[in-house]
Amino acid sequence: MTQTAEPASRALDEVKIGGLGSSRPRVEDARFIRGRGNYVEDVTLPGMLHMEILRSPLAHARIKSIDTSAAWAIPGVKLVLTGEMAAQRNLAWMPTLSYDTQAVLATDKVRFQGQEVACVVAEDPYIAKDACDAIVVEYEPLPPIVNPEQALAPGAPLIRDDKAGQTDNVAYSWEVGDKAGTDAAFARADVVSTLRLHYPRSHPSPIENCGAVADFNNATGKLTVYMTSQAPHIVRAAVALIAELPEHMIRIISPDVGGGFGNKVPVYPGYVCAILCSILTAKPVKWIEDKSGNLSSTGFGRDMYLDSEMALTRDGKILAVRYHATTDQGAFYADAQPTKFKIGLVHSSFACYDVPVGHITAQGTYTNKAPGGVAYRCSFRVTEAMFFQERMMQAAADDLGIDQAEFRRRNLVRDDQFPYRTPFGFLTDSGQYHKCLQLGLDAIGYDDFLVEQAEARKQGRLLGIGISTMTEPLGAGNSREYDILGIKMFDAAELRVHPTGKAVLKIGAQTQGQGHETTFAQIVTHELGIPATDIVVEHGDTDHTPFGMGTYASRSTPVAGAAAAMVARKVRAKARKLAAHLLEVSEEDVEWELGRFYVRGAESRGVTIQECAMAAYSNMPDGMEPGLENNAYYDPPNLTWPFACYIATVEVDPETGVWDVLRFVAVDDCGVRINPMIVEGQIMGGLTEAYAMSNMQFQTYDADGNLVGGNYMDYLLPTAWETPGFELHEVVTPSPHHPIGAKGVGECAAVGGPAAYVNAVLNALSQVPGRPGGVRNIDMPLLPDRVWHAAQTGDDVSGAPPFRTE
Amino acid sequence: MTATEPVVDTGTEPAGDAVPTRRITVTVNGERRVAEVEPRLLLAHLLRQGLALTGTHVGCDTTNCGACTVLYDGAPIKSCTMLAVQADGHEVTTVEGLGTPSELDPVQEGFAAEHGLQCGFCTPGMMLAARALLDRNPDPTEDDVRWALSGNLCRCTGYQNIVKAVLWAAEKESR
Repeated sequence: MTQTAEPASRALDEVKIGGLGSSRPRVEDARFIRGRGNYVEDVTLPGMLHMEILRSPLAHARIKSIDTSAAWAIPGVKLVLTGEMAAQRNLAWMPTLSYDTQAVLATDKVRFQGQEVACVVAEDPYIAKDACDAIVVEYEPLPPIVNPEQALAPGAPLIRDDKAGQTDNVAYSWEVGDKAGTDAAFARADVVSTLRLHYPRSHPSPIENCGAVADFNNATGKLTVYMTSQAPHIVRAAVALIAELPEHMIRIISPDVGGGFGNKVPVYPGYVCAILCSILTAKPVKWIEDKSGNLSSTGFGRDMYLDSEMALTRDGKILAVRYHATTDQGAFYADAQPTKFKIGLVHSSFACYDVPVGHITAQGTYTNKAPGGVAYRCSFRVTEAMFFQERMMQAAADDLGIDQAEFRRRNLVRDDQFPYRTPFGFLTDSGQYHKCLQLGLDAIGYDDFLVEQAEARKQGRLLGIGISTMTEPLGAGNSREYDILGIKMFDAAELRVHPTGKAVLKIGAQTQGQGHETTFAQIVTHELGIPATDIVVEHGDTDHTPFGMGTYASRSTPVAGAAAAMVARKVRAKARKLAAHLLEVSEEDVEWELGRFYVRGAESRGVTIQECAMAAYSNMPDGMEPGLENNAYYDPPNLTWPFACYIATVEVDPETGVWDVLRFVAVDDCGVRINPMIVEGQIMGGLTEAYAMSNMQFQTYDADGNLVGGNYMDYLLPTAWETPGFELHEVVTPSPHHPIGAKGVGECAAVGGPAAYVNAVLNALSQVPGRPGGVRNIDMPLLPDRVWHAAQTGDDVSGAPPFRTE
Repeated sequence: MTATEPVVDTGTEPAGDAVPTRRITVTVNGERRVAEVEPRLLLAHLLRQGLALTGTHVGCDTTNCGACTVLYDGAPIKSCTMLAVQADGHEVTTVEGLGTPSELDPVQEGFAAEHGLQCGFCTPGMMLAARALLDRNPDPTEDDVRWALSGNLCRCTGYQNIVKAVLWAAEKESR
């Protein structure tokens, strides 16, 4: 077995065996297309009970009394849990991921519509729902606050009177950058461009809602929770802290997850209630949220206000940027984001432009709205950062009278400037920004479109073109700067190669549709030459996978993917020793090519990786530890910085305010693509969410704190009919510090996309005869009534709450 | 319906005798099933809990998302807003009845071939809506497909590959 008979054998064809660059079909699909997925709602345990939550109808009210007697009287009801009862277990409140506290079940007052007030456990969900309806809660209404202006007004009612020392509705204040340097730059500016806008509240809204099956075994003391979580290992640590259970007796299992988009990162009251109810009833307890519960109480994204200025030279160079961002956090400050950064990574804005200096201030406010501020398909508030940036860029180009593409060209970071230090302290790793922009302009036919636009205007038709270029920070850590609740942001992988050369890779990341079972095998294939079909990828069970921070903020490939590559290299290092033993040469004389080791200078003498695996269990050298497996923890040296150029063309109907997308071109540079098919799927999904946010999808509140957008009747998501087609292009600039040169990509399109659509519509409105450049801003979503109003009046349109119902 | 047929425990019956139930017979994926159900039981819950056919997913409870789409006498309906008793005497096809264990329906093959799914949650409903389209229109245009699927929401894919998947299936079936 030490010598092959074939002629000098050669490396395997990587694409054929499912390595990097192979659009191999997804492993996951076999079960999903047969309806054989295993989502939390599909989990059924013997003796399982069902839990439902009673939610507050009011936005702000003192609880005077809760009468649960009628609920207890319904046959089949096993438990009615109130905040007062939870408080006896010290579980009426819990910590958030941003060092605030959040009510599990309300004890003193309710602080937003949809807040959890009580829950019922019964033999079936219908009875539990009946019993929730039978609970009588007496409320004393208090004045509701639905935006930061109201929250910060003198004499505003104090929302968080539960917090010692809290005397106002400010959740946090934060700043970054160089104020003095920025002020000096503004003092010598030729032109100062200003822009104010509101990025509306939006909900990630995966089609699957949140849910859990909690199973506390009072014989063994072990708690097993099946849960819709993007980050099961963080949840285990959080549950240990919140429920005061020993961590080794907690097992979190995230089975198949029906979409996440950031919504399934936090720990929600429903999970805690299900766990407590299982402990109290000594039975498995299932809680499955309905859509209204999901939309009205779980992590939203955005709801941020911008007040910005750019200092410019007359010939179009950016001298400095400064802005103030105000966030509406809802009743509890529950962002899921790294500890040091109170408004996420919003200071990554302008990272793709050569901007010498800048200053950002930020303030968070409490309001009587659902808590959150999660990273909705973005790397911690980066979506807002890039939308602000690209809207400011367009406003500045308009103010200067410079073509929007040319203005970007004059300010984009050049290829020879990397690594580039941004004005707010990031170090961007690599990119070919000008190439990407030019590829996008060529693809859309920029110059031809401008001619077409001018022709159309003569006929009274309003065409517009919008550009959005951006880089974003993906793949947190490094662990020096990034932690959540003190836990450093790294990831791990374990790889075990069986005697026959088949392998199992276990990772701490958690797929919600990204296809990790497919792509992570491809990384191992690239490193070891084991065909991808011979590798199974396991994740999502904290008892059986290594620690990981989970999947959000596009961090799986940059961090867990790097861990997978590194553990495969450790395994290959041991296989090399086995190969030397089998080939009876010294290790230094062994060379590697994909799938086999061979003797330098005698290429026909070689052994395959599979032969090395068998030797690890059957024929290892004296003194060598048997087996072929290892683990790796990967702490990234930097974030990865993909770049994107998105260009939309639209036509606006000034009579109705309706706008249609004519074409959409996307140029994405996410470094090396592991599976091009999956990358393109991620991009198209992100572009659709971007379209949704620009066109229809938002949540708002009326003056009484009633949620508008709390079910799918009025939370509008685009269907196949509305969604435009997308034209995708690629540029590849490998990340210089990632083991396989990959960068994150899952969120780029949702981050950079919205500005392309909005800039296009505003560009079209600048074509209104008699009103050139008249409309500076329309807040998203660009609903027909808003666009119509702007087209008719030339005025800006604010979308900030309260929502007017007249 | 006879007394000798096995009656499905829907898993949703309350204790006590006060709540009336009704015995129904539904042909599910070609198999005649008898169930004793509360009149308020939703068809989606009969399928999921009573018959353990968990491929039918519930997303929104307002008939918008279409994750619960099944075929009802061959037409796509949303089983989260139909009562189980309304299905008495009718035929229901779920994703488990699409294709056979050994041979996939072309729609299933198309979804895998064209990367028409990511998280998989909307997929069963999408595929059944697509199956119904191809049954009544074997040669659809892209617009036909987009219109036929406009009652089903997907948050992952952006629909472009779903449309390609359905056209892939139409093409295969025309051969």
